[in-house]
Amino acid sequence: MTRRTAVKLALVGLTGAAVGVGSIPLIRSIPATAPRRFRHFSDDDAALLIEICEQIIPGDDLPGATETGAIHFIDRQLGGRHRKHQPTYHRGLESFRQTCTQVYGRAFHELAPVQKIELLQAVETGRVPKELWPDVSAPAFFNVVLAHTMQSFYGSPRHGGNRGYASYRMLGLDQPVIAGQNRYPKA
Amino acid sequence: MALKHVNAVVVGAGAGGGVVAKELAEAGLSVVLLERGDWVSFEEHGQDELISQRTTVLGNAYGPDDRFPRMSEGAPGQWNRILPHEGGYGNNAACVGSGTVSYGAMAWRFSEQDFRMRSTYGRPEGSTLDDWPISYADLEPFYEKAEWEIGVAGDMSANPFAPPRQKPYPMPAFGQNREGEMLYAAAKRLGWHPFPIPMLRNSVRYGGRNACAHNRACCGFACPINAKNGTQNTVIPRALATGHCELRVRCVASEIVVDDHSRARGVRYFDAEDRPQYQTADVVVVSCAAIETARLLLNSKSKLFPNGAGNRHDWVGRNLQDHAYSGAWGLFEQETFDDVGPGATIAINDFNHGNAGLRGGGALCNEFIRLPYLFTGVRPPGAPRWGKAHKDWQRNFYRRCVGIHGPVQEMPVAEMRVQIDPALKDHWGIPVARLSGQRHPDDLEVGAFLAARAEAWLKEAGAVQTWKAVAGRGSRPGQHQAGSCRMGNDPTTSVTDRHGRVHDIDNLYLADGSLHVTNGGYNPALTIMALGFWVGHHIAREWKGGRFA
Repeated sequence: MTRRTAVKLALVGLTGAAVGVGSIPLIRSIPATAPRRFRHFSDDDAALLIEICEQIIPGDDLPGATETGAIHFIDRQLGGRHRKHQPTYHRGLESFRQTCTQVYGRAFHELAPVQKIELLQAVETGRVPKELWPDVSAPAFFNVVLAHTMQSFYGSPRHGGNRGYASYRMLGLDQPVIAGQNRYPKA
Repeated sequence: MALKHVNAVVVGAGAGGGVVAKELAEAGLSVVLLERGDWVSFEEHGQDELISQRTTVLGNAYGPDDRFPRMSEGAPGQWNRILPHEGGYGNNAACVGSGTVSYGAMAWRFSEQDFRMRSTYGRPEGSTLDDWPISYADLEPFYEKAEWEIGVAGDMSANPFAPPRQKPYPMPAFGQNREGEMLYAAAKRLGWHPFPIPMLRNSVRYGGRNACAHNRACCGFACPINAKNGTQNTVIPRALATGHCELRVRCVASEIVVDDHSRARGVRYFDAEDRPQYQTADVVVVSCAAIETARLLLNSKSKLFPNGAGNRHDWVGRNLQDHAYSGAWGLFEQETFDDVGPGATIAINDFNHGNAGLRGGGALCNEFIRLPYLFTGVRPPGAPRWGKAHKDWQRNFYRRCVGIHGPVQEMPVAEMRVQIDPALKDHWGIPVARLSGQRHPDDLEVGAFLAARAEAWLKEAGAVQTWKAVAGRGSRPGQHQAGSCRMGNDPTTSVTDRHGRVHDIDNLYLADGSLHVTNGGYNPALTIMALGFWVGHHIAREWKGGRFA
């Protein structure tokens, strides 16, 4: 943390925030050759959300949120079951962007890995400049993104996330279950 | 065009209604069985955890859909409109078979004391606790019918707290999975009495259907091989096979018509094309589960019952109960998970009654398999919610985590209730149910007690870390909903008589969990089925041919 950042975070009550969650994640960006068009996100918002989701479920030796399609899950559900959260995303992402700029003077994707986690912890706990979150509170935004990222990563691939049942493989769950092959019924 | 008059119309094809329809059809009555949902199958949603009956974040695989909103009270006086997949709705499945399609299928008989809770413990302040007007002995033959006609696998020989039975289970009990074996040994060391959970599930081929294949996605899902026994694959097909019963799906009842002579004439409903229909019948049976049964009665206003059918003394909708589920989780060094579904295999009844200083208690059982998304909510305090640490936690503990929980028998509370919302209407223009109230404080005490026993059990089994999960006061009754139209001998303090007949309306019956005076320290499905046989038997016995009573 630079001295300048420390001063700014101190101003919003974020002093001494320990970076306890996670190690350094791999930085994954959208491949430049495959620009995505999303139904509910501008390309800029999508890129930012992908970065946030990747902090929540980082890729390591096994795939994380980006690689398993979290953005596709969320984009699809914002037109379906999670329709009511459209404003949470659109306003929350804008507040998040402004918070990042004000505190770090840089865009989220330009932050060091520890800074990304530090900022997300501040958003999670509401230790952010309140005036930058007029429409949706920072913790409310974080909790929605967290829940949807988890749904994406652990739910069925038919909704756009959990590509290749990556999370099931991570947990050692055979999928698909094939009767007579990977099932061991006991009487 | 008027529909052909029938002897009986049964509203709701779930655990209670499916049984009643079969009993009446076999007795020779012409029956129309109305169900607001449809036939459902495993194939439609498969093993999709996010659209199941246990995790409904993307919808309710087995219904109801968004056409059935409700209101629920948050802070006092603050009402929230809630959809079926959202928390606080109090969801019960809406399909042929209802919750018996997707349940975990525990097949409990209530304890003898569960039928006389007030005599056993006295009524605590703030509760409407009472005895049932029937005893365990009255219901015993009907439990037996439910076990044999629908199909239960069990063995109570190791359970000294089991109520007496005349006949053994029709199928042998299931064996233990890995965590069940571990917990069995630990319970024995503690001097407790572990035994296999009785299940409405085939341990061997039964009823023309196959034995269970121990599917991971069982509780919350239909069975892909039809080895789980509900009303949809047992009594309802048998009712239809008599030729006397017609099942009409996607039919939403709006009103029981009660005439000026205090007799039910029939049921108004909207059919699958949303057209209003009126089915007249000699006898009407309502089996919509505690919330919707109360709603239908309250929406059935007539000259003699201006506040709703059977609601002369303002008891319809009150005493809504559920189970204040409480227990504990434990983490282990060794792998405890063997992917043998449905997961719940072992129980004790040592703490259902006789707990010093407490009223009642509940069974303790190991938990059904936690599918991956649900498991993200299973966490000791302070465990990482996200990031690399979350991922590591999942990897470390998904296969090393055991849960033990119990359905705490709740103290009924008058203000825990179903009312009709004055403004909100559903898709068909029918006023919706609104839910309010809080649990009795006793429930939390019993919950804390059971959680401590669960934690001790896990520690004895070798858990390296444990934490308790005790129910709060505010949650809304869901799949175990009960009690809203209790039976009783005194018409001024109950809704029906001991046979489920609504006081003062001689040809209107209820047959579902709404009749429960108290909800037992057990999953209620088998008791609801037994009440279906009890009520159905009574109606058939009273049936004089061509005219009722």
